[in-house]
Amino acid sequence: MPEPDLCELSVPNRIGFRFPEVDVPCAELPKGLVREHLPLPELYELDVIRRYTRLSQLNHAIDTGYYPLGSCTMKYNPKINEEMARLAGFAAVHPLQPVQSVQGCLALMYELQEWLKEIGGFAGVTLQPAAGAQGELTGILIIRAYHKDRGELQRTKILIPDSAHGTNPATSAMSGMTVVEIKSDERGNTDLDSLRKQCDETLAGIMITNPNTLGLFDENIEEVIRLVHEAGGLVYGDGANMNALLGIVRPGDLGIDVLHFNLHKTFSTPHGGGGPGSGPVGVCDKLVDYLPSPIVTITQEGDEETPPVYGFYTPPKSIGRVKSFHGHFGMMVRAYTYMLMHGKEGLRKVSEHAVLNANYLRARLRNVYHIPYDRICMHEFVAEGRWEDAPEVRALDISKRLMDFGFHPPTNYFPLIVHEALMIEPTETESKQTLDAFADALIRIAEEARTNPDLLKSAPHHTPVGRVDEVKAARDLILACGVSVEEDT
Amino acid sequence: MFLPHTDKERQQMLETIGVKTIEELFAAIPQKYRFPELKLPSALTEMEAQAVISDLASTNDNLQEMICFLGAGAYNHYIPAVVDAIIRRGEFLTAYTPYQAEVSQGTLQSIFDFQSLMTALTGMEVSNASHYDGATAVAEAVTMANAHFRGKRNRVILSPALHPHYRQTVRTYHANTGIEFVGDEPSADLRASPESLAELLNENTALVIVQYPDFFGRIYDYTQLAAKAHQAGALFAVSVNPIALGLLKPPSEFGADIVTGEGQPLGIPLSFGGPYLGIFTTRKEYVRRMAGRLVGETVDNRGQKAYVLTLTAREQHIRREKATSNICTNQGLMALAATVYLSLVGKHGLRQVAELCYHKAHYAADQIKAIEGFSLWSDEPFFNEFVVKSPTPPQELNQKLLEYGIIGGYDLEQDYPSLKGYVMFAVTEMNTKEEIDYLVSTLAEVSHA
Repeated sequence: MPEPDLCELSVPNRIGFRFPEVDVPCAELPKGLVREHLPLPELYELDVIRRYTRLSQLNHAIDTGYYPLGSCTMKYNPKINEEMARLAGFAAVHPLQPVQSVQGCLALMYELQEWLKEIGGFAGVTLQPAAGAQGELTGILIIRAYHKDRGELQRTKILIPDSAHGTNPATSAMSGMTVVEIKSDERGNTDLDSLRKQCDETLAGIMITNPNTLGLFDENIEEVIRLVHEAGGLVYGDGANMNALLGIVRPGDLGIDVLHFNLHKTFSTPHGGGGPGSGPVGVCDKLVDYLPSPIVTITQEGDEETPPVYGFYTPPKSIGRVKSFHGHFGMMVRAYTYMLMHGKEGLRKVSEHAVLNANYLRARLRNVYHIPYDRICMHEFVAEGRWEDAPEVRALDISKRLMDFGFHPPTNYFPLIVHEALMIEPTETESKQTLDAFADALIRIAEEARTNPDLLKSAPHHTPVGRVDEVKAARDLILACGVSVEEDT
Repeated sequence: MFLPHTDKERQQMLETIGVKTIEELFAAIPQKYRFPELKLPSALTEMEAQAVISDLASTNDNLQEMICFLGAGAYNHYIPAVVDAIIRRGEFLTAYTPYQAEVSQGTLQSIFDFQSLMTALTGMEVSNASHYDGATAVAEAVTMANAHFRGKRNRVILSPALHPHYRQTVRTYHANTGIEFVGDEPSADLRASPESLAELLNENTALVIVQYPDFFGRIYDYTQLAAKAHQAGALFAVSVNPIALGLLKPPSEFGADIVTGEGQPLGIPLSFGGPYLGIFTTRKEYVRRMAGRLVGETVDNRGQKAYVLTLTAREQHIRREKATSNICTNQGLMALAATVYLSLVGKHGLRQVAELCYHKAHYAADQIKAIEGFSLWSDEPFFNEFVVKSPTPPQELNQKLLEYGIIGGYDLEQDYPSLKGYVMFAVTEMNTKEEIDYLVSTLAEVSHA
């Protein structure tokens, strides 16, 4: 049974929480500005606990089951991370406290900057961006500022491969750039002929995801970077897929000029049902002066007896702030804890096992599902969810049927260049037993597609709700408790 | 630990793949860059890492040990135990974005609750599922207004009393979109009535943005300014502190078209600046121009009520370069914290906490202005923050307060050169009368030293 609406639970004059009585003389309330009607619910504590506990139980989550969601890196989120972020010395610290009272926060941020620089092969890192998409925005604004600074105002063209995440073109457009799509070749690499045609004096740069969203390491990467640099452009790396590269290759070494990391993917901070993320950005030497402010730096070197003194620093040509305060510090604590517990060898093992798991699943499924670019993949791969002898069945049906086996579906219908795409990213934290159970489920579903397609078309059967009516949701637009938004059209 | 495979299993998996070693899986990577030696330390155990991180935390002055009178956009409020008990549940914490509605009803209905609570609080008709913070919510308001006028109106008026970080963020976002920002020049008269911003309105104005309470804590009725903005054909946006709306008229009553805000005060820890919560609400007619995720109520194929992400054609994963924004990951878990906080404190609790902030701040202001050498900058009504002229330079004053266990106020000179020597104090329900009296006696003592 679905849970009732929040407003239905409310009982007039029920009290949920008491604050202490006022212990100072009361001031006169501001005339004409006092609110008369505050339509918030009236619940008590157990109402709230039960409601949200019950709601939580309707979710699939990493802690309850497998999540092979392509390009999302749904790895295990260690519990120690949560404890560390909740230490009073971090959680109960105001962002604007005097710097000498927050040296521990600044030291952690400085160390995290250093780790990310080393892992990515970059000269500078900002921790400010709130999420991957904001990291992209930061990176593209830096590229734009770099060209402007050199008097090259005409460089507004950003090239984006057809396999890219939707945030790439959206970011470019939002930054006032023009987007030109670049095709993939038959091996899933960037098509060099399409690229060459766009390498002119209006080129600002390229946004490249490597490994790309097919899970393939671009075999043309060195040539792509060379061509773009030769034409005066810069190379943006979408770090969504960094989980394949830790200790394997450093994007900066390849010549990538700017890249965002996703702490909530690669470095195990929880996704939280959609956020918060954290999207630090690394840049090469020539772009460090453009990083958003503030950056954490050492303002006074330490020695054997005294630790260094940390402070904030604004780069001379900074694009400015991209949000308030210093970024998602709580996420930085979690990511740094994770990094310390892996060290250099452990980080490489993470990527090695992410790639091992992906190739293992690919090998187990390749005779049952068509894999359009079937070669050794990195941390993920894309299969097609369709068969000629099961014409009614679509990737969506396979995804929904997987739920009946207790699995979250893979990313589907992305990347756009594969028909009926099922994009599978196993992550390194899943055991062989889990991978086998998942592969077995997919193999059984492939049989069902032929023998009992209706079972797939009507799936899922064992979830709290069945397939939902998306058209009705968009038509009725009930977006708040008891309120239907009637649009003026 | 976090990696499960035994050597035997690894071997079986490599055989299934048809390679001999893990290294062979990385042949596509240019050899000269493959397997770099990272100059990083080796792994720590959980026990060791816990000790290192705890050491770092212990070097900070934290607000469980210190008395805090610092605000300026982030506030020290009490967080009921219920909030963390819910948001640390693995079913919420480790879930992904609820694209697959059948296995995400918990997240979806919680977002629906969040949307309901935000519209109730601001008085607006629709709310999205969150932005990153108060600053980026304002930046997205500008993007929305720009899209609404199809780029034909390129002036945006910013109140100089809008948070400095928000004004900086808005400019970063719109460095290349042809928007001209006016109203917050360093020469702006900070004591002028907000209606004076109306002088900047012209036929090119897309949006007027004010803050409520403003950055200096002052509260104004913006009805006249909103009306003038509308007369000029512009939209009117208000950035709010949601706790203040427990006591104060919602901006919808002023005629606001967009109400944004920083949701941190609603049960979210200060955490040295984030993650926080961007609130974004607007009128129904702008819903298709709004950025970010949106949950709608519908039914499933079994006839049950159900929730689903809706109007996704606005978003980047569908519309790519034509999307209303590039936002993807938002502040889901922080929105849940605010939802649980507001569900628990409810109608009565929010009013109570807002009144506590108001009365305690007024008591503190009255006491501080009576100290020799101190005076209030403004006599306008204020909520829980106020600006004081200090006889001692604020930075020096704050250093001394630290020695007495007090996190002092915000030194305004760093953002407003004309406010040299002015400091802004914030007071919340966390400050007892004894603490306020202690601040007052300490100020009297150290400012004469």
